[in-house]
Order: sequence, then C-alpha cells, then structure tokens
Amino acid sequence: MKALLSGNEAVARGAWEAGCRVAAAYPGTPSTEILEYIIKYPDIYAEWSVNEKVALEMCAGASFAGVRALTAMKHVGLNVAADPMFTMGYSGVTGGFVIVTADDPGMWSSQDEQDNRHYARHAKIPMLEPSDSNETKIFTKLAFEISEQFDTPILLRITTRICHSTGIVELGDRQEKGLNGYIKDIKKRLMLPSHARPRHLIVEDRLKKLTEFSSTFPYNRIEWGNKKLGIITSGISYQYAKEVFPDASFLKLSFTYPLPIKLIKKFSQHISKIYIIEEGDPILEQEIKALGIAVIGKEKVPLCNELDATVLRKSFFKKTKMPVEENVPPRPPVLCPGCPHRGVFYIINKLKLVATGDIGCYTLGALPPLNAMDTCICMGASVTNAHGLEKALGKDFSKKLVAVIGDSTFYHAGITGLVNAVYNKGNLNLIILDNMTTAMTGHQPHPGTGKLPRNQEGKRILPEDIARGCNVEFVKVIDPYDLKATELAIKEALNYDGVAVLIFRRLCALLVEYKPPLKIDLELCNGCKLCLLLGCPAINLKQCTEDKKLKAVIDPTLCVGCNLCIKVCQHNAIK
Amino acid sequence: MQSNNTTNIVICGVGGQGTILASDILSYTAFFEGFDVKKSEIHGMAQRGGSVISQVRFGKKVYSPSMEHRMADFVLAFEKLEALRYVHYLKKNGVFVVNVQELPPMSVLLGETIYPSNIVERLKVYGNVYMIDAARIAIELGNVRVVNVVLIGGLSKFLHFKEASWMEAIRKNVKEKFVELNITAFNKGRESLT
Repeated sequence: MKALLSGNEAVARGAWEAGCRVAAAYPGTPSTEILEYIIKYPDIYAEWSVNEKVALEMCAGASFAGVRALTAMKHVGLNVAADPMFTMGYSGVTGGFVIVTADDPGMWSSQDEQDNRHYARHAKIPMLEPSDSNETKIFTKLAFEISEQFDTPILLRITTRICHSTGIVELGDRQEKGLNGYIKDIKKRLMLPSHARPRHLIVEDRLKKLTEFSSTFPYNRIEWGNKKLGIITSGISYQYAKEVFPDASFLKLSFTYPLPIKLIKKFSQHISKIYIIEEGDPILEQEIKALGIAVIGKEKVPLCNELDATVLRKSFFKKTKMPVEENVPPRPPVLCPGCPHRGVFYIINKLKLVATGDIGCYTLGALPPLNAMDTCICMGASVTNAHGLEKALGKDFSKKLVAVIGDSTFYHAGITGLVNAVYNKGNLNLIILDNMTTAMTGHQPHPGTGKLPRNQEGKRILPEDIARGCNVEFVKVIDPYDLKATELAIKEALNYDGVAVLIFRRLCALLVEYKPPLKIDLELCNGCKLCLLLGCPAINLKQCTEDKKLKAVIDPTLCVGCNLCIKVCQHNAIK
Repeated sequence: MQSNNTTNIVICGVGGQGTILASDILSYTAFFEGFDVKKSEIHGMAQRGGSVISQVRFGKKVYSPSMEHRMADFVLAFEKLEALRYVHYLKKNGVFVVNVQELPPMSVLLGETIYPSNIVERLKVYGNVYMIDAARIAIELGNVRVVNVVLIGGLSKFLHFKEASWMEAIRKNVKEKFVELNITAFNKGRESLT
C-alpha cells in the first residue's frame, strides 16, 4: 500500500514498522511532527520530554532494557543532548537506538544554521541521510538494524526540506522485536575511566568495520550517466542535482558516515570531472579531497543558506535574467491578534527596559513596534544572560533589566538558571510568559499543563511552585490582559532586592474561542496612533471619509476581541 | 500546462490562512490520479502571520520537492501582496489565481511602507490573472476559515482532475463534520471562475 507522507511522518512510520517501543522528544521546528505522528501509534510509548538531553537519555535507558528506541530533535537540540550522545557512542546499545537530527538550512525557524553532519564525525557514530520521504521510512527501519548490528547509536540526519516535504511512501507492517529483559553489563554501560578506555578501542575498531560496510550499503549507489561529469551528493541535495544535471553520473550517498571510501574511489576512476553538491559545510568535499581525489565543491556551491535547484543552476551556469518585483513590503511573522504576551511587551517597551529574551513565539516581541527584547541566544539563556549582565554592571543595572522566557522554555532550560541566580545572590527579574502550552511548535503539552501526549492526565507542575521551591520569595501570578496590574507588577519586581519571578498566565490566543471583533468609533478616534504601538495585526490606519484624517480601523476578520487596545486608547474610541 | 511533464503549482499567502490544507488537498488529488507527487511547505515561525509558500509538483517522476524560478504553471495566492512577492516563480504565460483580500503587513500598519494599489496591473505583466473574492464566499457559507478550500476550488477549474479525486482528497484532509461545508466551499470557488 502507498501513502503520501511528509518526511517527519515517514520517520514515525519507519519507527513503528521497525518495532520501536519507546520514543521521546522535545518539540522544535523542523522535527516536531515526528513525535506527533509517533503518538498516533499506541504500540510505542511516546513522551514529550522536558528537553532533548532528557529525551536522549531516557531512550538510552530504553535501549539498555533491550527495546528499540528513537529520539528526534532539531539541530540545536542535539547541542543540548550532545553530552549523553557522545558517551553512548562508547557504551553502544542493546536495543537499536536511533537519534534523529533535523537540521534547518536557511534558518526558517532557528537561530543558527549548524551542519550536524559534523556530529557523526565528532561522536564517531554512523549517519544515514535520506533524500525523500520514501527513503526516510526505509532508512529509519535500516537505522535500527545497523544500530544493533554494530552495537552503536546511529544518527538519522534530515533537513527542513525533507521533514516538511511530502512524497509517496510504500507502507509495510510492524515487526515486533522480542524483549529480552534487562541484563546488567557495567563494562559497557558504566563509563568509569577504566571501563571507557577499552570502549574507545572498540569505537575505533567499529569505525573501520562501518567504513567497509558503507561501500556495500545498497543505498550508496552509482547511477551511471555521462562519464565526463560526475556528481557526488547526499540528502536533499541529490534531488536538486538531478534536476540541474539530469545526464551526469551520480554517486548518491545515503550512509554518509563513515564514507564509502572504496565506492568513492571506484566512481572517481571513471569520471573526468567531479562536482560535490552538498548543502552547508564542505564535509564531503574535504574528506574526499583528503583521499587525493580532485573535486570541485564550495568554490561553486554556496556554503550559506538553503540550496535549491535555482541556486545550483545559478552557480554552475550563466545567469539568466529573472523578473523580480521591487517595492514589495516585507511580511515578517508577528504576534497573533489576542496574543497574551503583547501587553507584557508593550509595558517593557513603555518602561524602556533591557530585556534578555529566549526561544519561542515571544521572540517576535523583539520586532517593531514592540521592540521589547535585547538578546536571544538559545533555550534558557534569557535567565542566565540577565544574571551575567547584572553581575558585570552591578545591582543598579538590574533596576531596568528583565529576563523574558516562555513557560515551555522555562521547563526546558530555565530552571537551572533560576537556581543559579538564587544561589549566587542575583537580582534577577524573571518574567515567565505562561500561555499554558508550547505554542510556537503547534501546542504540545508540558509539565505546566499536566497533560500527557495522548490526552491522559499527568502530574501538573506549576512555575510558581518551582520558583518557591527554589527559595524565591517574590513570586506573583498576573493576568497579562490586565495592563495596569502588569505594569505595577513589573515595577515592583524591578525595585525588589533579590530574585523576583513574575508569571503572566493566560492561554494562547490560538486555543481560545474568539470573542466578537471590536470597532473604532470614528468620531472619538483622533488618530493618535497609540493603539498601533501594540503591534496588533488587526489594527490599521485608514483615511476617514468624513474629515480626511488618518484614523484607526479594526479588521473584523482578524480581531479576536481581546480588549487590550481598549485599555490603551485614551479617547474611549474602541468598543 | 505542463513543462518537462511536471506540473508545478505555488500556493502562497499569510501564515494562518490555511495554505497547508489547500496544498494537502491538491497533492492528494494528484496522488489519487496516479501521479508522482511532491509537496514542500513552511512550518514554524513563519506560520505566525508571516509570508508563507507551499509548492506542489506532480508528473511521471518528480525529483525536487521545490521548483525552480519561472517554473510554476500556476500561482494560487491567498492574498494579493503575496502574489506579487512570488511572481518570479510563474513561468511565461502562466496563471495567477488570486484572492482579492488585502492583509497589510506590520510595516504598512506602522506607516513605514505603503500597500501597493496597482497589484493586479503589475501581475498582468507576468501572466493571466483570475481574481476570486474568497472571503465573501466563505462568509456567505458562514465560516471564514474555508477561504482556503474556496480558493483551491477556483484553481481546480484549470486542472484536469476528476471531480471524484477532489472529493476524495477533501474527505481525506478535513474533519468529518466539516466535509459537507468544505465540499460546498470547493464547488462555490470552482463556480466563481467561469
């Protein structure tokens, strides 16, 4: 049977067919939907872990137990989970263990463009790279096999354009893997130095065996065409290259670490000129050049940004003139109408505070007209960046400094920073924007919701209880739709000596039933534009037909009736 | 309508307008008709009111899920300004199907830029333009959220797919209780382009 599946759905299907029993992830674009689809298979225990390190470690535990386990994360998530991944490379596996890394070339929804193919080399564990949905499903299944055959965790590396592209996939049945129960093996799993030293020798020996295996792996394949031009490529780049060089010979790499040295040598012997077409860093290029093979790579193919067939054609062939429309106003993303974060950012902007920021929808508070964020580095860094600013500039600076973090981000990596600030006698003013969901990635539950992924009840852990548990004495929970209370609470926190935690709690506007749209009374509106400072996409200025003045108008198809603008308007013009 | 035996369609709009569902219905229809299909779309941050683009390609064999510039047989735009933003995808003498709706981006709301007044004229330089008042049709049907299916109905006028394939694709992609509404929306959109 065939179906149309996205790359992410294909990973989930492959895991299910392979008999995977445990899966864990923290949501992050572009990998989020992998676990969302796995949740639909009741044969697999699936959880939203609080972060990627936790997810990877719990799957390692499942592998120790002899069951097949899979964790999935976005590229920067693997930075968080790198510590256990490296040591798991030494320990190896019992049940097959697949780590999916979803990279984001082009940074569609990320803070950097790191190329996680480096991680395979760094951690000395094998890597598979599918080039479409069908391969993604097949490779996910094969990944479990290879993991068990070579006693190693394995990386399945996909990219945004694989995750969020759809193609036709041949479906198979689930094959249950037998459970052998837990067997103690401390030489393999208890990485004391005396145990780890012999394991390192095993890792190096394993790499040699994997190098041999790579040349025999059927999806590392040569497609003979014109022998004057050969292309070596992997992942999604293969598809782009096939569009631009339909007649060339191809070495299509799928098992990309360790590289199939014998196969690369065989290919190169028959080809006069070789292009390496790879998105991101020149990894294939450097390793193939090191074999003494002359190839052309990054001197033609751009290193930065996402590749596509248009980019490749421009790089290799004469530039053709493209029609481009000038003067098209840009449309960056914005906070949604009714977003509960808007009022908090409005006040931060109004009070001209320095605000260290974090990762989520609320990072959009940095954009005009709210302009309410100074930094955004990684999950949790708002808390710790603010602590560092204060320690560098002194206590007085904390009187105009806040750290802004979302609820899900707080559970992910904010709590340790809070503990650190309390312990080290900081004057942190921590704002937790609690919209009771993981909004940016599509509303996954987290500990503050107390819900589990299949809608069962879990245990609810509230941020105010965590703060109090960390010995924070100033803890307040405020409704961010109440602008006066919001401003008052922020001012109080700024003047408080010690760590203050403010939790602005209101459900994400996308999960709330809309109220009737508001209207502007054009007789009362004097066009002062104060409401525009909220940055609400539903409020526009239009020339009034009566007095020709520019006045505010509300788009009834966008307004959700949150009433925030009513509180900002000084002329009672909004009803 | 076909170049290199592949039909290429861009669906663009503003995050939240439902371009993804529209591209799902389109790609399933092509799938049910027996074509190789690939679809590419944008998730994540851009979905929050930003400019979004989905691409659907079908034919005998499709490699890349995204198409090259000047390759689209059709650009289906859920918003006028977004049609203008992606003109470079349309092939010579290609077809724009455009929702009449104007959603000014933040820079326009703040008075930093101006929403162009001559979009339809500018589009006509690149291809044939068909306009649909999808929001009006959707509001008449009592649910503004079916704008996307009205528009895909309009596009369907240009594609030689069997009605049964479209209906099967709609059933596959919308919740059961909304199937009838969406089929009506599809038909209204289809009828609006005569």
